[in-house]
Amino acid sequence: MTLTALAVLVPVLPFLGAAAGLLVGRRAPGFVRPIALLPTALSFALAIVVAARQGTGAPTDAAHRLAATGTVPIDLALHLDGFSVLTAVLVGLVATCVQVYSVAYLRDDPRYPSYAALVSLFTAAMLLVVYTGDLMVLLVGWEVMGICSYFLVGHYWETETARSASLKAFLVTKLGDVPFLIGVFALASDAGTFRINGILTAATHHELAHPTVIALLLLAGVAGKSAQFPLHTWLPDAMAGPTPVSALIHAATMVAAGIYLVARLLPVFTASAAALAVLAAMAAVTMVGSALAALAQDDIKRVLAYSTIGQLGYMAGALAVGDRDAAVFHLLSHGAFKALLFLGAGAVIHASGTNSLTAMSRMGALSKRVPDAMWTMGIALAALAALPPLSGFFSKESVLRAAEHASSGDTPLVPSAVGWTVLVAGLATAVLTAGYATRLFLLAFRGSGPEAPDHGRQPFLMTGVLWVLAVPTIAFGGLTYRELPDWFDHSPLGPTLITSVLGAGLAVVGVVVAYGAWSATAQLRHDHPIGAVVAEAADADAEPELVEAEAIDAHEEIYGDIAASDDPGDPGRLLLGPLHRHAARGFHLDALYALLFVRPVLAAANLVRFLDRDVVETYVRGAGGTPRLLGAAVRRAQTGNVQTYLSALLAGAVVLAVLVAVGA
Amino acid sequence: MHLAYPAVLAILLFCVGVYGVLARRNAILVLMSVELMLNAVNLNLVAFDVWLRDSLHSGQALTLFTITIAAAEIGLGLAIVLLVFRNRGSADIDRLTGLADRDGRPHPDHDAAPAPAGDDEKAEATA
Repeated sequence: MTLTALAVLVPVLPFLGAAAGLLVGRRAPGFVRPIALLPTALSFALAIVVAARQGTGAPTDAAHRLAATGTVPIDLALHLDGFSVLTAVLVGLVATCVQVYSVAYLRDDPRYPSYAALVSLFTAAMLLVVYTGDLMVLLVGWEVMGICSYFLVGHYWETETARSASLKAFLVTKLGDVPFLIGVFALASDAGTFRINGILTAATHHELAHPTVIALLLLAGVAGKSAQFPLHTWLPDAMAGPTPVSALIHAATMVAAGIYLVARLLPVFTASAAALAVLAAMAAVTMVGSALAALAQDDIKRVLAYSTIGQLGYMAGALAVGDRDAAVFHLLSHGAFKALLFLGAGAVIHASGTNSLTAMSRMGALSKRVPDAMWTMGIALAALAALPPLSGFFSKESVLRAAEHASSGDTPLVPSAVGWTVLVAGLATAVLTAGYATRLFLLAFRGSGPEAPDHGRQPFLMTGVLWVLAVPTIAFGGLTYRELPDWFDHSPLGPTLITSVLGAGLAVVGVVVAYGAWSATAQLRHDHPIGAVVAEAADADAEPELVEAEAIDAHEEIYGDIAASDDPGDPGRLLLGPLHRHAARGFHLDALYALLFVRPVLAAANLVRFLDRDVVETYVRGAGGTPRLLGAAVRRAQTGNVQTYLSALLAGAVVLAVLVAVGA
Repeated sequence: MHLAYPAVLAILLFCVGVYGVLARRNAILVLMSVELMLNAVNLNLVAFDVWLRDSLHSGQALTLFTITIAAAEIGLGLAIVLLVFRNRGSADIDRLTGLADRDGRPHPDHDAAPAPAGDDEKAEATA
């Protein structure tokens, strides 16, 4: 088969799998698992073949005119280059791992067929976004991902948390998508085409009339999808979905789409220094803020969610300094280790029966219950903290190197202030990242106290996937940083002496400080044995998903807050001091949004309800009231007495007769 | 005999009948008044038949029809009055106002009828 046909099959297979799963899922339960697994796995294999055949060669383009709109045509275009084929491999890998993991995780779920079909559809949409060479087609995949994330985050729709989280994820990303759509239209009308190649040609030749406006409009959509400040608030709440969904959406697919889009359209952004400055500021605020918030979270998955936001901030920072090689490099390595972290967190939540770090830190022997999760998560957290020689170290070094390069003013089109912003924020975040990674590991796996309840062995499918993902987490960065520039734009990705010493040194400082704080608070944790409340219904045979659903549902009830718990023995509390209270609540952004947007909207809704019920309806009632009054008057005549009727009849007849006689 | 005598008699009879239908309260008396009116018409028919010297005597033939139909009508009417009296204990027309429309609400008599049926349905549903 030709390369093009293979590449078309990659997004089509999961789509067909999703359609088949939705159609036959209920009638033929035996086929659900093969239908979920095989297309995704096959498309992963095909993505590898496509990547191998595309290799470092010139980009492959193929297009089919889909709709002659009269002005700007829409093409079903395919664009294969190093960025797209490698991102597709990552998406395929994570999606396959998530599908395999879900088989065990949602073993007895009655909604598994629709769940698996939606995951497949999600994968297909992301692969479409990755491979397409046309902005309109990209937008289709972009929006399909939005609606799939709504359904998947709301998988436990019986709980209030999941319902509001899914609505929030949908609304906040849509809030970014509206300017994004306008930006796409403006871009296409400036460039005269929806094809990305044509747009890039126009951008590099400075033919775009409004580069700043377009770039800022596109950035709004990117901030929504990739969870950048100020539209990041949906992502921590989206942790109310099942863990495999978190791994899929929040590690490799949906949030990566925004970064990937900027990487594809980078010349549009570098055409405007203002857009780069906004992107850099957004990335810097996101990085530092999310790292501080991650240090204060109590829910293990919310820690990971904030770390995702922070790592996406690194990628956005790399893009702001004009280096998309570094951004996509970090995207690839981060996708692997973040998927591993989420899936490991699922195993931990299943084993401990709680998603609260406070409770885990009072639990002995949890590491013995889930040794696989402990080892693989340890590796992944080290990669997250960018400790050499794991893959996270190399990718983060490439970002810092690019920022350092830009800060000395050596990168064309990028102001050196942008480089400094990204570099300083990146280095500050490196310390914090190492700190919260260490805190997470120590609290979760080095707790002491009563033994964790025995929930049975972790299914092999769940632990096996963790080890599969551990391979790229360890080896991807170190093995590939020399070859990847050939696949990308030929900008060097290897660590330089100054940034690697600075980055690794700061990471070690973060680890040591966090460890010190953890040791210092050990006595406090011993004195306050709170939080040893775990999901009760979780017997040894319960499927892992049920344990998580109950843990999420019970967290607010037991610990008083969805994000934080009142735990004096939390090393994060010691490290952050008075800042802890604010960081735990995401610096009150949600409260601010509630004040600025939610309450005005509710007030407007109340006003509309008043206008409709009390004003419009009054006219309607009045229109009905007049005939009603007339009717009441006529009704008086209907006494039921036949003789009255007859008398009236006779009188009428006499009157008529007289009239006729007089008239005659 | 001059035509005026039977005509005046018929008018008198008819007026008595109209008064009875409109003013009497007893249903049987109302029916009797209806008979009076019918017979006033019959008297007219016969009188004019003779006065016009109709060879086919269609007036007299029509009278026979009217008498027959009046007999059937009075039979039905009396049966209805009897049933109404049995149901309500009175044949007073002023109190037979079940067909009155009172402020859009169904009459209590109408209201009471479907209610047991509803109960039956509920009983069936629970059984």
